[in-house]
Amino acid sequence: MLRHSFALLFSAALLVTVTACSKSETPKSSSASDELVVRIGAAAPLTGPQAHIGKDNENGTRMAIEDANARGIMIGGRKARFELLSEDDQTDPKTATIVAQKLVDAKVNGVIGHLNSGTTIPAARIYNDNGIPQISPSATAVSYTAQGFKTAFRVMANDGQQGKVLGEFAVKKLNAKTIAVIDDRTAYGQGLADEFIKSAQAQGAQIVAHEYTTDKAVDFSAVLTSIKGKKPDLLFFGGMDPQGVPMVKQLKSLGLSAKFMMGDGGYTPKMPELAGAAADGMYASLPGVPLDRMPNGRDFAQRYEAKFKQPIQLYAPYCYDATNVMIAAMQKAGSAEPAKYLPELAKTSYDGVTAKISFDDKGDLKGGAITLYQVQQGKWVAIETMGGAAP
Amino acid sequence: MDILLQQIINGLVQGSVYALVALGYTMVYGILGLINFAHGEVVMVGAMVALASIQVLLAAALSPLLVLVLSVIVAVAVCMALGYSIERIAYRPLRNAPRLAPLITAIGVSIVLQNLAMIIWGREYHSFPQLLPNNPHNIGGAIINEVQIAIVITAIAVMLGLMLLVHRTRLGRAMRAVAENPTAASLMGVNINKVISTTFMLGSALAAIAGIMVSANYGVVHYYMGFMLGLKAFTAAVLGGIGNLRGAMVGGVLLGLIESLGAGYIGPLTGGILGSNYQDAFAFFVLIAVLIFRPSGLLGERVAERA
Repeated sequence: MLRHSFALLFSAALLVTVTACSKSETPKSSSASDELVVRIGAAAPLTGPQAHIGKDNENGTRMAIEDANARGIMIGGRKARFELLSEDDQTDPKTATIVAQKLVDAKVNGVIGHLNSGTTIPAARIYNDNGIPQISPSATAVSYTAQGFKTAFRVMANDGQQGKVLGEFAVKKLNAKTIAVIDDRTAYGQGLADEFIKSAQAQGAQIVAHEYTTDKAVDFSAVLTSIKGKKPDLLFFGGMDPQGVPMVKQLKSLGLSAKFMMGDGGYTPKMPELAGAAADGMYASLPGVPLDRMPNGRDFAQRYEAKFKQPIQLYAPYCYDATNVMIAAMQKAGSAEPAKYLPELAKTSYDGVTAKISFDDKGDLKGGAITLYQVQQGKWVAIETMGGAAP
Repeated sequence: MDILLQQIINGLVQGSVYALVALGYTMVYGILGLINFAHGEVVMVGAMVALASIQVLLAAALSPLLVLVLSVIVAVAVCMALGYSIERIAYRPLRNAPRLAPLITAIGVSIVLQNLAMIIWGREYHSFPQLLPNNPHNIGGAIINEVQIAIVITAIAVMLGLMLLVHRTRLGRAMRAVAENPTAASLMGVNINKVISTTFMLGSALAAIAGIMVSANYGVVHYYMGFMLGLKAFTAAVLGGIGNLRGAMVGGVLLGLIESLGAGYIGPLTGGILGSNYQDAFAFFVLIAVLIFRPSGLLGERVAERA
């Protein structure tokens, strides 16, 4: 109910801005004082179990927009003012298409989102049909850019690359011979788990169990117990941290000795903080080089913490980069018109805080590196960066 | 064998929590014929309030057991007040309205509580401190820890207490009378409003206890945690026969067992055709089967006993 009244308020506010803008765009002779209003849409789950990661995404995009406004960017000789329209997709594919349409109707110039692969994939069609460029900061499922949409980009290595690296690491470096897999049946978890299995099997490991859960579950004792009976060397979970935390705790309390590994969905500060000693020794990956090894990474992290009074959760730096990439393409094209700056976006070459960003012909990040992390004494420690020769 | 035993223990622990929450649904339904969809959110508020008071009390350097007892008291008190207010604000004005109206306000209250909790406690997960020792005990190859033992024992004790209250006390007799016929009960001098308020407060107290149990078991608290739990407990109440106290207990424990045994054995039993992704589907399949053959639930026909 509250949410609805918010939505009502929001659309009312939107109406006001729309009318205000249409006024400001009525031809005035003094072109210098004319502001160009550029609307950037952002979509992520702002309610529900992944709300903390979704808010983090919004913060990353907001920071890039406020930075751009502070710098005073000129697009095609006019001073640009960037506006953020943030929408809540509730991690739900159906809701994602609704908010995508809402952003399109609000005439956004581009979209940073969505967070999850499951929401990004159906929303991509709507943006494509309306010619709106979309950069997902964090959707890693291979099928997102495989739909053949000219408007779809991402600034993170996909699951094909990530699953491969994780599988190789598990078998070669951790000497796992028998492996159990759990996935959360989302486009992301399922896709990553499948790529991981492919890679681990190619390296000669045996998959002894493949179990399933959902992205809303908190109790995994049943599937963990049945996995325990198969005595695997390693357990891989394709999913996000709301499930990862209770899973690793239950793993330890059931007395499983298997090593525990997740993809990028597990690499959050909440993971060791909430799971405590149970998380010690677990592994997770994150596409990109560790933030403090990037030229501007440490500076970004400090500014983020000072501004939002909390540490970066997960994808905020990727959202920051995605937004800046979009703004840079608009500057180069001298226009915020989607059709005009889209070709420039495809030709992007940009030094971000997470990586040097350029896209291949599908819209995927070129030559993305992947870093493996381990929890050591309650802190994430980078242990190895694989792949990702400089593009 | 030890795996089977472990699955049964998992199911019992999970089922005890479902049963406690299901009691809250079933008590309200028994008296008002109303599904209180905000009940799952009361569980969440109980957990959140307990967490907040634990943080304050731990800072005062009290002993862990004392902290636990005090925070349970605080959480129960807050939830009872909340349950009373929910009934007073959202349901009592609609008592003679069509049945759909209070159902809609119930969903409304649930959304309001969820969003309020999000505003107060934030979107992130909170860690629930470990106050009881958590040493694993080995029973025939299966592992159970002290928190889980405490959950099962507390659940049984609370259920027995509730049965005694409903069947042996004056208040319980008044509750049963209102359930059977509110008009006749009020003619006999029973204060219906008071009985209904008390029922809501009792149910909310159980919800608070369940909330603390869940949080202590998983070690994580989140503003969204009540939703799925509420749904599962509602299923358990329907499974056992909604409106029936014993039915809620049986339904809760049964649902917990079905879920854990289903997830553990559905794969091998079907030769790998169905996997643990059918865990929830399996539970609902059992529910549908029960409702087809016994539309009023497993123990649903004992209308006279509902409270």
